[in-house]
Amino acid sequence: MSSQTLLVALAGQPNCGKSTVFNMLTGARQHVANYPGVTVEKKVGHFRTDSRRVELVDLPGTYSLSSYSLEERVARDFILHDRPDVIVDVMDASNLKRNLYLALQLLEMEATVVLDLNMMDVAERRGISVDHAGLSKHLGVPVVPTVGKAGVGGKDLKRILDEEAEKPNKASYKIDYGTMEPFIQKMQDQVVSAMQLPETYPHRWVALKLLENDAEVLRLATEDPKSSETLTRDIEQLRKDFQEETGTPAERHIAFARHRSCAAICRDYMKLPEQKRASLSDRADKFVCNRFFGPLLLIAILFVLYEVSIVFGGWLAVKVWPVWGAVEAFAAKVLPQAGFLEDPLLRGLGVWVVKSTTAILNYLPIFFLLFALIAILEDSGYMPRMAFILDRLFRRFGLHGQSTLPLILGGVYVGGCAIPGVMATKAIPDERARLATILIVPMMNCLAKVPLYLILIGAYFPEHGGLAMFFIATVTLFMALPVAKTLSLTVLGKRESAPFIMEMPPYHLPTVTGVLRRAFERIWLFLKKIVTVVVAVAVVIFVLINFPGLSEKREASYQAQQEAVVGKFMKVVDKTSYKGELLPADVPEIVLFADRLKNAKRGLTDKSAAAAVNKSFEQANPIYYAVVKRKGADGKKLNKAFKKVVKTRKKLRREMRAERFESSFLGVLGRALEPVTKYAGFNWRINIALLSAFAAKENSAATLGSIYGIDGSGSVQESMKAGETGFTALHALALMLFMALYPPCVPTSIMVRMQSGSNKWMLFSILYQTLLGLGVAVLVFSGGKMLGLSGLQAMWGFYGLCVAATVIMALIPDRSAQKADIGKTCKQNC
Amino acid sequence: MTLDELTPGTGGVMKDLTAEGALGQRLMDLGFYPGATIKIVRNAPLVDPIELELDGYHVSIRHDEARHVEVE
Ligand SMILES: Nc1nc2c(ncn2[C@@H]2O[C@H](COP(=O)(O)OP(=O)(O)OP(=O)(O)O)[C@@H](O)[C@H]2O)c(=O)[nH]1
Ligand SMILES: [Mg+2]
Repeated sequence: MSSQTLLVALAGQPNCGKSTVFNMLTGARQHVANYPGVTVEKKVGHFRTDSRRVELVDLPGTYSLSSYSLEERVARDFILHDRPDVIVDVMDASNLKRNLYLALQLLEMEATVVLDLNMMDVAERRGISVDHAGLSKHLGVPVVPTVGKAGVGGKDLKRILDEEAEKPNKASYKIDYGTMEPFIQKMQDQVVSAMQLPETYPHRWVALKLLENDAEVLRLATEDPKSSETLTRDIEQLRKDFQEETGTPAERHIAFARHRSCAAICRDYMKLPEQKRASLSDRADKFVCNRFFGPLLLIAILFVLYEVSIVFGGWLAVKVWPVWGAVEAFAAKVLPQAGFLEDPLLRGLGVWVVKSTTAILNYLPIFFLLFALIAILEDSGYMPRMAFILDRLFRRFGLHGQSTLPLILGGVYVGGCAIPGVMATKAIPDERARLATILIVPMMNCLAKVPLYLILIGAYFPEHGGLAMFFIATVTLFMALPVAKTLSLTVLGKRESAPFIMEMPPYHLPTVTGVLRRAFERIWLFLKKIVTVVVAVAVVIFVLINFPGLSEKREASYQAQQEAVVGKFMKVVDKTSYKGELLPADVPEIVLFADRLKNAKRGLTDKSAAAAVNKSFEQANPIYYAVVKRKGADGKKLNKAFKKVVKTRKKLRREMRAERFESSFLGVLGRALEPVTKYAGFNWRINIALLSAFAAKENSAATLGSIYGIDGSGSVQESMKAGETGFTALHALALMLFMALYPPCVPTSIMVRMQSGSNKWMLFSILYQTLLGLGVAVLVFSGGKMLGLSGLQAMWGFYGLCVAATVIMALIPDRSAQKADIGKTCKQNC
Repeated sequence: MTLDELTPGTGGVMKDLTAEGALGQRLMDLGFYPGATIKIVRNAPLVDPIELELDGYHVSIRHDEARHVEVE
């Protein structure tokens, strides 16, 4: 036995310190794994006791082991199916009674259980004392006091684990269910003995679960088609009999009896202080949840969060960019050399994939700061307070108090990112509100939508730039809220809406290591998931926008233009002393030589280093060097001609790219969509730009740039205005609104899939936003045109419409809400 | 009397639970059972939900849900 690995599960109620104990035992050697198909994380780590290797699994925190919530099912399934050798139940000693509720349920499963009495320091501080030896004797399992945060008790825990491994000691604690005992016996005799159960399922426990009407165990009972009908009938009958006899539903009786046992145990083995002082948390909450200061503090915290992560993080991202720039430069160096007009396929693809990846990596500083700040909010205990303050407001739209953070991260005002926004929805306990939040986060204004807004506003609303920016920045929320309500009344209507009941744990001071560890963990998860997919998608998009490629005739025409410009250069060469030394074949080489020289000197501030680079290039090829650096009279002459070559090359390449783009699969699609999109004011060129934005929204601006023939972004607006003569402010408005409602980009879609746990929701998310965006754009464009509105009039008209929709939606009652008259009770209440 | 009728600062002992299904389960899991002592701590800034102290720890709950808890 001692050579085998001992499988140990860490169970416990939320926030009792499981992860802290996990880190104490494993020394934080862990990796994060995702449960297949669900969003709940399970951590696995290893450590050694004196005599064996232990595999430790950190289960999600659960208040009990019913199968109502996902976390509970995950925890229970692990205990039942993976049958850990030992279960360590972490208990918050300062909150013993409630924690015992879970402990007793674990004991009832007749597993090998060790109770870890954690947070002993907190209990002590509050004057609570626990007789752990007595408790251990009463329950018949080892009880180990620990202080996870300070690393106290880890050794004891390991020693006990060793002992339990040598001599497993199955729990046999029985709760007295009083009037129910005969029914439990009957259930065991009539039903459980007829069931085909895995041998690890204790009969008394199964009988109790059947009386509780537990869906999972019931499924086990009815799986066997032979006996299922009579079994189901018997189970129902027993439950009914019990209720008739005692007047209480069986599940309620069971829970109450358990709680009474917990209370009895606490009376015997725990001493509370004579006098209860108001704890620091209580005093802090007077301020944090105050009617006036609470919302103010909330706004202040969100403001700091936004400033630090998005604003400061954005600044940091700019500072870090040279790193990713170096990666790009390195890739450009090792890939096959560029051609004069066309690059080798491998180079084009390689550069494209690297650029797609660095575009995401560019956001890394922002993500890191965000994750760290969120970890601070989570650890400190502020999250539940935030939900407490805002729940009333958000509930009107089918959302949840905890939808605040995801929306902020997504960019409620301007600048955010949907990826961490969707990621943060994990904290929302209500399935329906969580999905509604996931579905509206991509509607917020992420950073990548901003360049397109800026182009359009600069080109078509130059006099009202500030107003237009305010419009697009705030209208998104007024579009998202009614949509959330609509979704939650329709497609999400059947989803389970969990009750709000939520613990408000005492505040904890977050630790630096804890915060950093969590931030790094999440960054790592993010990188693993997103980057791999981004690479795969980048390849697909590359094919879509580059193939089938130019016709032979067009290729020949470009080739001829190249030859013409090279010919002109050669004429100048003939007038210099390099005649005969420089051949037409040298021209592309000189271009590449100049590029290499530029790259080698990029970022060099030191003069002598730059001189050294120059020197090595001169040695490598003195003639090329003379042309590029205007050395000597001939060099000067040739340099002038050479500059023309470079300029023409740039122009030709750009034209070819635009043409290849237009005739590509994506371009064809853009044209095919024109009959529909014209009602929204989009022609096929705009369609292509929008289609390319699906990979990453930054692409929209870049694509417009390449379509309208300008590379720098500063002048895209001018060239767009010149290129699209029929375009009006109304066109621009429709386009902006479509961009605001644009379907989630590829990385966000992946995140949606991860968080919603299904492809279906990902596809739904993409589809409904596309249709909604198109609908809104058509409404604004065609409607505005019909009414003869100017861009500005249409803008504010639409704004009014959205605000009205928000107010109306807020007033529609939720179908599933009970007809409780909150107004009435509140009158008595306040 | 039901829990949602209490005002901040007052309290009582829980008598019975009238909720079924997930709501009932959740309430019981968080420690609502006959005999538990409950004190209303405060209303949220927008009145709903309420924060209460249940056997020494803090729980927030909506008025809708508090209706299902009987106290005396
Ligand atoms: N004072 C004190 N604080 C502790 C102790 N153990 C954990 N904590 C703190 O309690 C908080 C919650 O700890 P976690 O380890 O995240 O709790 P958890 O059980 O993993 O929580 P969930 O995963 O959310 O269920 C953290 O802020 C810890 O620093 C302890 O023994 N004493
Ligand atoms: Mg944890």
